[in-house]
Amino acid sequence: MPAALLDVEHVSKRFVKHPNLGERIAGLLGAGPKAETVRAVTNVSLTVAKGEVVGLVGESGCGKSTLGRMIAGIYTPSDGKILFDRAPVAKSQGRRTQKLTTRVQMIHQDPFASLNPRIRIGDTVAEGPVAHGIVKPREADAYVADLLGRVGLDPGYRRRFPHQFSGGQRQRIAIARALAMKPDLLVLDEPVASLDVSIQAQVLNLFMDLRRDLDLTGIFISHDLGVVRHVSDRVAIMYLGRIVEMAPTSELYASPNHPYTRALFESVPRIGVGRKDFRPIAGEIPSPLHPPSGCHFHPRCPFAGPRCKREAPALTAIAPGRSSACHLNTGGTE
Amino acid sequence: MSDAVLRVKDLQTQFQSRAGALKAVNGVSFEVGRGRILGLVGESGSGKSVTGYSILGLIEPPGRIAGGEVLLNGKDLTRLKGEAIRQVRGAQIAMVFQDPMMTLNPVLKIGTQMIAAVRAHDRVSRKAARARARDALAKVGIPSPEERLDAYPHQLSGGMRQRVAIAIALLHSPAVIIADEPTTALDVSIQGQILAEVRRLADETGTAFVWITHDLAVVSSLADDICVMYAGKVVESGPAAEVIASPRHPYTAGLLASVPAEHEPGTKLPQVPGSTPALANLPPGCAFAPRCAKAGPACTTTPPVQTFEDGRTALCHYPIEPVSCQPHSLTSNTYRSAS
Repeated sequence: MPAALLDVEHVSKRFVKHPNLGERIAGLLGAGPKAETVRAVTNVSLTVAKGEVVGLVGESGCGKSTLGRMIAGIYTPSDGKILFDRAPVAKSQGRRTQKLTTRVQMIHQDPFASLNPRIRIGDTVAEGPVAHGIVKPREADAYVADLLGRVGLDPGYRRRFPHQFSGGQRQRIAIARALAMKPDLLVLDEPVASLDVSIQAQVLNLFMDLRRDLDLTGIFISHDLGVVRHVSDRVAIMYLGRIVEMAPTSELYASPNHPYTRALFESVPRIGVGRKDFRPIAGEIPSPLHPPSGCHFHPRCPFAGPRCKREAPALTAIAPGRSSACHLNTGGTE
Repeated sequence: MSDAVLRVKDLQTQFQSRAGALKAVNGVSFEVGRGRILGLVGESGSGKSVTGYSILGLIEPPGRIAGGEVLLNGKDLTRLKGEAIRQVRGAQIAMVFQDPMMTLNPVLKIGTQMIAAVRAHDRVSRKAARARARDALAKVGIPSPEERLDAYPHQLSGGMRQRVAIAIALLHSPAVIIADEPTTALDVSIQGQILAEVRRLADETGTAFVWITHDLAVVSSLADDICVMYAGKVVESGPAAEVIASPRHPYTAGLLASVPAEHEPGTKLPQVPGSTPALANLPPGCAFAPRCAKAGPACTTTPPVQTFEDGRTALCHYPIEPVSCQPHSLTSNTYRSAS
């Protein structure tokens, strides 16, 4: 295996909701609410090799976006560390952080929110590389024109404002802005979720072309199993802040191991299988404020036993390159 | 189909703007039979939601229904005004919106709202209305419905709220429910639960559904029939399984082909070039022609509605020849479950 570009080691992220002044006063009198903690990500480890694309899949509240933001350096992990090219992402300061943040770039879900509506798109794309000295201000215009061409936009559009573009075009602009920093790692957070199907295919094709041409490494976050299967080499399935299964894409889709992964595949509607074929997962997704004890999936799991309630299963290897967090693989659920 | 409960004929809905009248719905026709589910599919701006709103008479100025008929059990809803249409809405035809908080009042208990909805059309006691509300909640698979009646909307999850919205639509056993992207905002595992309930309800109660969505996979596994819309027109219609297995309109074929799950991972996806045209600026003739690989010289003129076997139609000069193979041919290399 080639050297790991990204090393996520036992990372957790907690968000604490502190009581406000009124609640603190009530607390002094013994009546107010206590500080509440959301465990968004719990003890996640992950390595990404250079040139690899890893998909992060899960439903809302599973922590996939939080993990992506920690990798991009937007959030600081509460525990654990994230190493990028063997240097910690969060602990670095000053010029070092600056250097690092240019090497990891993020693309967000909503291209309507991620572009400043009052700045011409050419200036949006040029701002980062000029500020970090990647190009000289004099050469910025040609640099931007080249990038826009690369993402399939007419370079003549660079004097336009975001409102003059459709959703798919805006997402191309967001990709151009990320590429302008010559990143080594791209974190894509649901990049095609807000696009129509026909436009989605255009953006996915663009991503795969760029990946091949520029040898990009990527974290591809999505709830869409079909999209992730198409672009990822490996997939990690997350549920309520933990990775429950990780495997090379083809093996995961051919034979999912974890009961949650299996149930997820079952409940996704698919084209061409005909109607009335539903076997939905029972129950709701629990709140990350009050996750269930033991294995987080046990209240919805058809195979759950007493051990699942007591003890959280660890992510253990079940085959070369594959791991799953289920007691069924490690001595049963009794 | 002679037993159609809802029949939409040549519906035209326009919005007045400075650029002239925008034809958001431009001659849409379809019918839905008892207990059937019709999937109304299209991308953003295709006019699918406006069609749904037009059926219930929910179009407000500057929009107006400029022509056509909406026949519910033979009665034309477009001619009803004021109190007359209010008598029909909620009782004989109901709507479920994408965001259940459009249906629910956040400051009233679920029970209060449902009892009001029952008594809007039927003169029954509060007690009887409450019993009906409880039964409706049970019907859509909500656990402990009696307690849920005393809950406020914010105490329920998104999936539960959408179930409540569907339960409210079901209160008067309407002939037709129009559902506008009702599962789009929900997680897949919750979406699966709701689709299963809707399929069961259609089969058991005989309520017909018009399911408006952009998601072909949802339609494929839920609907009996499909109408595909593009730029305000139905470009293809027919039984769901057949349309999915062998689309006749190039747009339907392009949409189906661009779904990643149907392809070998990492391969280039067939893509429909360009983007949806603006309504103010439609090309002459076929609106899809500039993006169409099969477009020919005739496409600058309005395409004819071509009718094929099994009541299938396509709005196209050069429809695709049918594929003669099993209807489930697309599934071969998609992911397999390990059950």
